[in-house]
Amino acid sequence: MSQLCKPILEVRDLYVNFYTYAGIVKAIDGVSFTVCEGETFCLVGETGCGKTVTSRAITRLVPSPGRIVKGEVIYYTPYGKINLLKLSEDKLREIRGKEIAYIFQDPAAALDPLYTIGYQVGETMVEHKTVKTWKEAFRKAVEVLRNVLLPDPEKRVKSYPHELSGGMKQRSVIGIGLSNQPRIVVADEPTSYLDVTIQAQIMDLLRKLKKERKLTIILITHNMGLVAEMCDRVAVMYAGNIVELGPVERIFKNPLHPYTRGLLKAVPNPLTKIEKLESIPGTVPNLIYPPPGCRFHPRCQYAMDICKREKPRLIEIEPGHYVACHLYSRLYMV
Amino acid sequence: MSLDLIKVTNLKKYFPLKGILFTKNYVRAVDGISFTIRRGETLGLVGESGCGKTTTGRLILRLIEPTSGEIYFDGKNILKLKGKELKEFRRQAQMVFQDPYTSLDPRMTVFDIIMEPLKIHKIKVDDPEKIVVDLLYKVGLNETHLYRYPHEFSGGQRQRIAIARVLALKPKFIVLDEPTSALDVSVQAQILNLLKDLQREFNLTYLFISHDLGVVKYMSDRIAVMYLGKIVELAPAEELFEKPLHPYTQMLLAALPVPDPDYYKKKPKIKVYGEPGSPINPPPGCRFHPRCPFATEKCKREVPPLVEYEKDHFVACWLKR
Repeated sequence: MSQLCKPILEVRDLYVNFYTYAGIVKAIDGVSFTVCEGETFCLVGETGCGKTVTSRAITRLVPSPGRIVKGEVIYYTPYGKINLLKLSEDKLREIRGKEIAYIFQDPAAALDPLYTIGYQVGETMVEHKTVKTWKEAFRKAVEVLRNVLLPDPEKRVKSYPHELSGGMKQRSVIGIGLSNQPRIVVADEPTSYLDVTIQAQIMDLLRKLKKERKLTIILITHNMGLVAEMCDRVAVMYAGNIVELGPVERIFKNPLHPYTRGLLKAVPNPLTKIEKLESIPGTVPNLIYPPPGCRFHPRCQYAMDICKREKPRLIEIEPGHYVACHLYSRLYMV
Repeated sequence: MSLDLIKVTNLKKYFPLKGILFTKNYVRAVDGISFTIRRGETLGLVGESGCGKTTTGRLILRLIEPTSGEIYFDGKNILKLKGKELKEFRRQAQMVFQDPYTSLDPRMTVFDIIMEPLKIHKIKVDDPEKIVVDLLYKVGLNETHLYRYPHEFSGGQRQRIAIARVLALKPKFIVLDEPTSALDVSVQAQILNLLKDLQREFNLTYLFISHDLGVVKYMSDRIAVMYLGKIVELAPAEELFEKPLHPYTQMLLAALPVPDPDYYKKKPKIKVYGEPGSPINPPPGCRFHPRCPFATEKCKREVPPLVEYEKDHFVACWLKR
């Protein structure tokens, strides 16, 4: 895997803080990862672990009062590398929505209730000059919506969002995202507002589009089932850090970080008989005063003295499988 | 004493919609369901949003009045209860709500929240503080939490408070309406285990409502699957997953994300398509027929009844007779 990886996006040492009245929330605390071309890369973790903020920081979409403190986001265009965090706002707008597109969680909030679906799909194309006229945009919108398997696209371009069901809205949002033939799609919990049978259809659609267009997908989710279904590589996040990163099979078969292990055991697998679910004691820490050292140590049953003092770095345990935990750094540092 | 704690027969709830002039439309949220809940068991109720599972839970507690049908609790028809008897039923049957951020009064302390049901039911206690502390310990909290307000707690802790409040009245039956869907997975496991432990300790009967099949399977002895206001299948938990009979159950299982990458190498290929129709104008005949790959002419005309196809395994499908 790692030999074949042709990087398309690289996040290096990213720090994001939120400046609130209560104090400075250290939401992202040194996150680094590389996304390979054509893969589905997953960011998985619980509420508040920073997966959404990380994905938004890629194109500087972090909402106020958040600020990217430091770090680099390297985007590999066919012509060379660009640091997206250093780019001017105008140049960045040319990439955001055109080469790196987003699909957000709540399809009802992502669509403007005052415009037709066709207008909203067309707008993206007009804005990024993939089409010359609005007339052409409307014509192409039908095509775009047909590609995302929206039933009856000729009629639907004239519909307003409230006339569509949740699944149809999310298909339209995916259509907007894909209308400019992006290279990377960032899908932030695209199905968590939808029912499972609709979710399965949306996931099938994403898989199909990925195959047809050689898309790179960054999928953000809290659902371990979806990770197993969709992803090639996974980064497990906890309290603003990546604690483990590796190929999906290795993460499920050989989870190394105590948090990953706990997370996998806490999800009831519907196909096996479980006598007792194992839970992780405690709750996610407050990131205004994050625990020193490893941020997981107050909930970790293997915590040692060093865990309270030093933050563990990601180290490679087996090819392509990284973990940030002192249990392993001891073993492998010597 | 009968084996069944709750017996529901042909229960219906239609919510009226404002129509044009005199035409009247209804949301057929629950449309003729019958089932029983046995003493000490957990009956899981699954289905997609809008299928009527929450309405069913509320009907059983008589939080809303049904359009028609009967509900028996401990041999008594609860729709006929009045006065003292009704109040006694309200003590014995309780509910834990989905969102612990809205189900606790932000201006009351934990002590007041847990004492409130006892006050309402005029249950005299000698040492209120001790009773509340005991309850807090039962749900994994302690006396330091006694005089704090809900906003000081995390989602998981709030749900624990809501559970303690329910336990204060020593109920027999609890409706758990998606008690963990607002929580993170690591916390969800804690709450699910707590509910299981409490069930054993106090010999409780649960109706567990959820859209998450994994969670429902972990919690339930038997599972009922709902689709557009009707129960389409009801079976022991293990059996429902091993041998789903109704095409909708099969589709639901195929759509389920399973946390195991190996599963996807040999995943059964059942195509998932379509969307649930509207409960205002549900399809005639079997409600699932527009999405069903096996639908026949009969399915479009006649509603299949829920019949016992194998022992303890009920299904409502014309193909399984």
